[in-house]
This record gives sequence, C-alpha cells and structure tokens, in this order.
Amino acid sequence: MTITPAHFIGLAFIIFAIGFLVVVVRKNAIAILMGVELMLNAVNLILLAFNRIHGTMELDGQVFAIFVIAVAAAEAVVGLALILAVYRSLGTVSIDDLSALKG
Amino acid sequence: MHALFGWLNEKWTALIEWLGLPDFIVPAGQMVFDGICVAGFIAVLVLFLIWLERKISGHAQDRFGPMRVGWHGCIQTVADAIKLIQKEDIVPARADRWVYNVAPFVAFAPTVIAFVVIPFGDGVIVKDLNIGILYLFAITSFAVIAIVMGGWASNNKYALLGAFRSAAQLVSYEVPLVLSVLGVLMLAGTMRMGGIVEAQSSMWFIVYQPLGFLIYFVAATAEVNRTPFDIPEAEQELVAGFNVEYSGMKFAMFFLAEFANMFLVAAIATTLFLGGWKGPFQPYIPGEVWFLVKALGLTALIQVFRWTYPRLRVDQLMSFAWKLLLPLAFLNIIVTGLILVLR
Amino acid sequence: MGGWIYTIAFYVCAALLVASALGVLLLRNLFHAGLSLIAALFTMAALFILLGAEFVAGIQVLIYVGAIAVLILFAVMLTQRIAEEKVKRYTRALLPGLAVALALVIVMILVTTGLTGYGFTPFATEDTVGDIGKALLSTYVLPLEVISLLLLGALVGAIVLARKEEEK
Repeated sequence: MTITPAHFIGLAFIIFAIGFLVVVVRKNAIAILMGVELMLNAVNLILLAFNRIHGTMELDGQVFAIFVIAVAAAEAVVGLALILAVYRSLGTVSIDDLSALKG
Repeated sequence: MHALFGWLNEKWTALIEWLGLPDFIVPAGQMVFDGICVAGFIAVLVLFLIWLERKISGHAQDRFGPMRVGWHGCIQTVADAIKLIQKEDIVPARADRWVYNVAPFVAFAPTVIAFVVIPFGDGVIVKDLNIGILYLFAITSFAVIAIVMGGWASNNKYALLGAFRSAAQLVSYEVPLVLSVLGVLMLAGTMRMGGIVEAQSSMWFIVYQPLGFLIYFVAATAEVNRTPFDIPEAEQELVAGFNVEYSGMKFAMFFLAEFANMFLVAAIATTLFLGGWKGPFQPYIPGEVWFLVKALGLTALIQVFRWTYPRLRVDQLMSFAWKLLLPLAFLNIIVTGLILVLR
Repeated sequence: MGGWIYTIAFYVCAALLVASALGVLLLRNLFHAGLSLIAALFTMAALFILLGAEFVAGIQVLIYVGAIAVLILFAVMLTQRIAEEKVKRYTRALLPGLAVALALVIVMILVTTGLTGYGFTPFATEDTVGDIGKALLSTYVLPLEVISLLLLGALVGAIVLARKEEEK
C-alpha cells in the first residue's frame, strides 16, 4: 500500500484531536500548553502535506510552517511566563483553582 | 582513505551478490558499517582526549599527570574504563527509575549521530546533508534535555540545581552560537558542510569572520559546559551537578558524551572557520590529517581554558551571553550583510 | 516516491507519534508528559523529513526540542514537587471533551477520504533550503517582518511578566 499525502493528513487530524483533548481535559496549566503545542504541530504536518499535493514550484506550505513554529515559540514563552506569574501569586497551576473571576 | 572505503564498498556489494541475498542488504550493510566506523572513531578519540585532558591539567599544575600505565600513561584511560565497568550500578532509592536510566543514552546518542555530517576529508563524510549545519545544531540541542532528565530523576537537590543552571545556560548560549555561524553561511551560500569547506578554497573564513569565530568559540565552550562556564557541574558548589548520583557505566556515558561533544564543537569550528580539510602540502599531507590537527588543536585550547580562567558566577554568565555576545553576534551579521551587498 | 521502506517508515513514525501524543494526555506525572511531548515533537520532525521538508524538520527540532520543550520542563520543575503527590488529572470536562474530540475525528476522516486521490508531486528544485530563503525575503517579506515584531512583543511581554515585583 503506497503512502499518499492523505495518510499524513489523517495522522495530523488524530494528533490534533489528541491535542484538543489535552487542552480541554487536563487540569494542569502547563499540560494545557503542551496540548496547544501538539495542535500547532498537527497543523504544520497538514501544511507540509498539502505543500506536496499542491505545487511543484512553490514552497508556500513550508514557509507557512516556519511562521507557525515562530508563533508557537512566542506563544509558549508568554504562556509559560503567565503560568509562572500565576504560580508565584497563587501557589498553584491547576486551572480548577483559578476561578477568581467567576461571578 | 577514499580509495579504501571505495574498495570496501565494492567488495561488500560483490559479497552480497555472491551470497544471493536481496538488494536492500547492500545499503543496510553500508549503514551498519558507517555506524561502526563513527562509534569506533568516537571511542578511540575520547580515550585520547581524556588522556590529553589529564596531561594538560598535570602540566598546567607543574606535575606530570598519569605516568604509570603505558608510555606516559597513554593507556591509563583504558584501565579507568575497565574499572568503571566493574563498578556497581546504583540507582537512588526514590529516583524516577525510567527517566534516570534513559538519560545517559539521551546524552550519548545525539553526539554519535551528530558526527554523521562532519567532513573529515574530501569526500570522507558519512552523509553530506543539505541542511548540514542546521542538523548539527538541532541534534546537539538534545544535550540539555539529557541533563535536565538526569538532574530531575536523581531526586537530589544538587543534581536538580545543576539541571536548572544548565537548562538556563545552554538555552541562553545556543542563541549567540547559532547567530555567530550565520555570517559564515552568508559567505558560503550553503548549509552543506562539504560546500562550506569548498567555499574556503582561497581563504579561510576566520579571516573574514574573526568576530564570528570568537563568539562561536566562547559560546561553544559554554555549550559543552567547560570552565569558565562549567556552572552546571561546579564541583566546589554542586559536588558535580546533574550527574552526582550516577555511577559506573551510566556515568561513563555522560563523560563520554561530554568529551565527544568537546571535539564536536572544535570540529565544527574547524569546518566553518579554519578551512576544514584544506591545508598546504595537500597531496603529501592528506586532508584528514589537517582536519584532525586543527580540530584537536582547538580541543586542546578548550582544555587549556580550564586552567586559565576562573569560573563565572551565574549572573555574570547570563549577562555575558545576553548583553555582550548576542549584540556582538547581531553586529557581525549586519556588517557581513552590508559588505556582501555593497561589494 | 517510496517503496515499502517508505511505507514502513511512515507507519513506525505514525505509531510512535500517536503513542507519545497519548502519553501527553494520559501520563500522570507531568515531567513524564513533558518528555512524551518531546518524543512526539521529534517524531513529528521525522515525518517532516518523510515529506521532503528537511529544513522545516531542522527548525522544528532546534526550536521545539532545544527551546520550547526545555522551557516547558523548566516550568514543570519550578512548579512541581520532586516527588509529586498523586492528584486528579482531569477536569469535569472529560466526557464532553471526549465527545467533541470524537466528533472532530469523524468529520476529519470524512474530509480525508476525499483527498486519497492525490499523490506526491515532486519538488521542482533540489535546493529547497535556498528557495525557502528566497520566498521568505521576496513574497513573504511582510509576514516575516510582522513575525519579528510579534517575537519582539513576546520577548518584552515575557520579561515584564516573569520578573520579580520590585519594591516601589
């Protein structure tokens, strides 16, 4: 059975779903950040696979993947800084305890 | 060298045909052979480097260093290795066993596969990847993961502190390290290791990139945790840092990776700045010899640093990387770019 | 492209990737989950190479494994006790989350089946790295500048957030 880009895209969907589950379900804020990284990575895989379907000349998909990685880096840095700030002031990173804004 | 490998290759292909085995055995066998070559080279190299380190340390302190086993102690390291193998393999009682056991391999494996793209001579390279230098930096960034794993899993406060310091230091110095190389890449116009060496046929890049070389060498010394940047394993403050709890073969693997890494950064510096295998009297003195002479010379220089400079404090280390090396690396890139455009 | 070695490589990488992604979801110990994430990111880089995107794979390992994963492990070490107590892992959203994820997978499988007709198109050039560089500095020069502004903003923001409150 030959591998086509559709295989890669299907795999990326599975990873995206797992990343989504991590974000929705896990309690720890750092684990949620890990889930976001998984989802961004799945998107990168899809971009690269579509790049192979789409153009012979263009490398648009790869360029976009590089942009996504840059955005992911920025997101991780700010996210972790926020989590550490929260940890310093509240002493926990469990999102169930972060309910100060709840009415 | 080239001829030898070519001959071996021919014989191997003939052997597989003679035995009537399927075709894919040929590349598979070549891969295994390449792997054995690299691993064997690293083992011999590290034995030599440890001896060199002890000799340099000894002479720097006005003593002889190891003298007993072999000529001037040249097989002392073999004796030490045998001793290490016999030692009991201790795992701390409340350690995170899985992570603790895997960490030495995570430290050692990237070092070995990094050697794949080092061009020892004209054509003497296992695989000349088109992302050569990027591959090197990517794969060596696993070192910090190994240190963090080892330090965390040991369940020991000194190990954990060492891991913290090391994570901060390695991530900080990775930035100037990568940026310092960009000047060379702009000059060479390729990331291929062989291509970079070829681009230096007329002149070594250290002449055009003296600042880049300095930044690279300082940052690389920090990347391999050598004095004056050996805060992660400062003996006097942290006992030995992240590897306090390790003993026997697992300790030996960390040790092996450390020395192999030291040669690796020297070899990268040789390839990028010192013309790789190029040198005078080329047909008579083979390129491999030139490469080893340059790389081992740089390695010895790193070892001499240890007995020349005192260790930095953590805050000095950080401000040195972010406030001095990083702006200088940017300056180097801007000046190189301007000259390339205006020329 | 390919042959059966390619097929085997894809399935091995895919299995490793799904297993390590599930590790991020299921592992109780957060440090282990972080290591599992590193394994997932590294396997992802291997898949990128299978797609012929060596440069992106190199960037992936350099940025994710060398920087982001280390930061995440750092944060885990700062916020967790070394011998972590066993706490509940999941929020109340477990069942709804599972349902939504399942729906997501089903929709996506339906989408994917429409794509099976496409094969790999080969690259026009050997020098993909050079072409990416040219694309970044010609067609995509504006996004590139925006990204650098974003990174600068993230840098400043992280420093402001992370530094200790100074006495006024």
